[in-house]
Amino acid sequence: MNARNPMPVVREGGPARDEHGRPTPIETRRVMIECRNVHKYYGDYHALRGIDLKIREAEFFSLLGPSGCGKTTLLRTIAGFEDIGSGVVLIDGKDMANVPANVRPTNMVFQSYAIFPHLTVAENVAFGLRRDPRSKAEKAAAVEEALAMVGLRGYGARAAHALSGGQRQRVALARALILKPKVLLLDEPLSALDRKMREQMQVELIKLQRQVGITFVLVTHDQEEALVMSDRIAVMFEGEIAQLSFAEELYTRPASRRVADFIGVMNFLPARILGDTETGVRVDVPGFGEFEVPAANVSRADAGDSGPSVGFRPEAVTLLTRDAPAPNRETAGAIEEIVYYGDMTYYDVRLDGSARFDGKGHPIRVSMRNVFGRDLPDLGTRTRVSWSPGSLILFR
Amino acid sequence: MATGNGSEAAQGLRMVAPPLVYAILMLAIPLLTILTFSFLKDGYQTVIREFTFENYLAVWADPIFRTLMLRSLWVAGLVTLATVVLAFPVAYFLSFVVASRHKAMWIFLITIPFWTSYLIRVFLWKVILGYNGVINSGLKSLGIIEQPLSFLLYNTGSIVVTLAHAYAPFAILPIYVALEKIDRSLLEAGRDLGESRLMTFWRVTLPLAMPGVLAAVLIVFIPTIGDYVTPTLIGGGKIPMVANLIQAQMLDIDNKPLGSAIAVTAMGIVGVLSLIFLFLNRRFLRVRQ
Repeated sequence: MNARNPMPVVREGGPARDEHGRPTPIETRRVMIECRNVHKYYGDYHALRGIDLKIREAEFFSLLGPSGCGKTTLLRTIAGFEDIGSGVVLIDGKDMANVPANVRPTNMVFQSYAIFPHLTVAENVAFGLRRDPRSKAEKAAAVEEALAMVGLRGYGARAAHALSGGQRQRVALARALILKPKVLLLDEPLSALDRKMREQMQVELIKLQRQVGITFVLVTHDQEEALVMSDRIAVMFEGEIAQLSFAEELYTRPASRRVADFIGVMNFLPARILGDTETGVRVDVPGFGEFEVPAANVSRADAGDSGPSVGFRPEAVTLLTRDAPAPNRETAGAIEEIVYYGDMTYYDVRLDGSARFDGKGHPIRVSMRNVFGRDLPDLGTRTRVSWSPGSLILFR
Repeated sequence: MATGNGSEAAQGLRMVAPPLVYAILMLAIPLLTILTFSFLKDGYQTVIREFTFENYLAVWADPIFRTLMLRSLWVAGLVTLATVVLAFPVAYFLSFVVASRHKAMWIFLITIPFWTSYLIRVFLWKVILGYNGVINSGLKSLGIIEQPLSFLLYNTGSIVVTLAHAYAPFAILPIYVALEKIDRSLLEAGRDLGESRLMTFWRVTLPLAMPGVLAAVLIVFIPTIGDYVTPTLIGGGKIPMVANLIQAQMLDIDNKPLGSAIAVTAMGIVGVLSLIFLFLNRRFLRVRQ
């Protein structure tokens, strides 16, 4: 921080830090937002069905789900734009029951960015500073600093309507962060940007969040975006939280088949349960044979599913080159489809005996990182597949 | 490309030709006639074809013209103020309170007064405000007054009331359209950035509604300056406006050149005022969409 800038936008403090200067683990931090059994109705429609969650200080938290799952409603509930039917919302320990949106210690980046078209960039950023006791010059300096933070130094005099989508988004961020909220709420902020811009903004947002040390709550329907940006993610379906966990855990240990299906690509094969053991569950899976799934890899199937199944990610199994020794267990099949992505390739493999249970073939999708100089297997050729029981999840 | 554009332009011209001919016949030619008359000499009941500025000199020297012109501007200003101030809440209600599936019905209801002629609507106010009108007989039968109130009709106030009512939909609709165009998330953003509902209205809604308000001001102000029926019926001839003066010169006194010069002068004044108004608003309100 420059000594001539007496009003840093960066919040002093941020998350508590240990003796090495590293942020303390999220679970041990102060709770910033707490929802207790929050219900919300629109007429007969039950939009939020008993939401319980704790979002902690300086955390990047995502609400992820398909459209209509209630994630935006929950965000607007936290912001104070929606009344709740029942339950309690606390921000920094204070009950928000009768606190209107304009008094809450939250600020929002709207999906449409909501940049005031009749104001300049600087006037937009300064909008919330009307009652700030600082002098005009100090406020102008704070505005310039906020603009610099989002990479828009010198844009203050521009008309808001002359900005590109990415610039509007940055103005919206600066306008919210200049008020130093305890919580920044982001409602699908990247959905209107093209892919390249979106990926760039994802990284910038993560850096910005670390820099300012404010709790960010992001609403998104894009699972990849949630995984890239978040510390923790709550996956929502039909107004309920299906799983709340760290990004990595969500990907590797989905709590249910539905969550697994929503996050990334997941192969599912029907499974027959042979019995429980001390350490896991013995199953029989066509194409894989009989083996034991470790107890930690057992999740619940969802109602309406035909029966137990095993699931695994495309990168959890590997295609073996012709004469490589089998490292663990192996099975074999024929390559049915090849989808080339440049850096990696998807192979759809029909495993031998995969139709053993139901007469239907279940091709599995395997992803392989492409290496320069290595030939790709051809369509229709036989291949060996290496796998291990520890990378499969049983949904029962 | 050039030939394509040429034929496209020709096609466009053919399409606008009928209304264009109509506009030239019904608007441009009468206006040009008036303009020509205003520079010709009056020879009692005829027009002498001789170029002169005399009519304009007479207009500007005439104290009656000055009085009536100023009164017209004053009344039109009052009517505009009353109409726009009263129309704004209606437009706001229509845009922000009425459920979207009921909006078409509300707009329909607002335009119902237009189903009857302007003359009848003006005359109805005479019935309401008159010596033996609805208000007086109502108050009398309630025993509140013994003698009919005579100050209801035949004054500036009654003219303003009548015109404000007649032009209300012209003010409501443009303001409504401007309010409808406001992205509702802007209002939430105003609240989110710490402003109360009232301050959000003041800092976001009102500035963004200004294009509609400006349109309403011009739509009401310009025609009311030249209104002829209301001063005649509601003003009872006691408070003539500039249109009444033009009518008197043109028809009663049959001085067409002087009448034309008054009309052109009034038109010029209204035009200049409107331009100044537009310029000031563009300068100070900076409303851009």
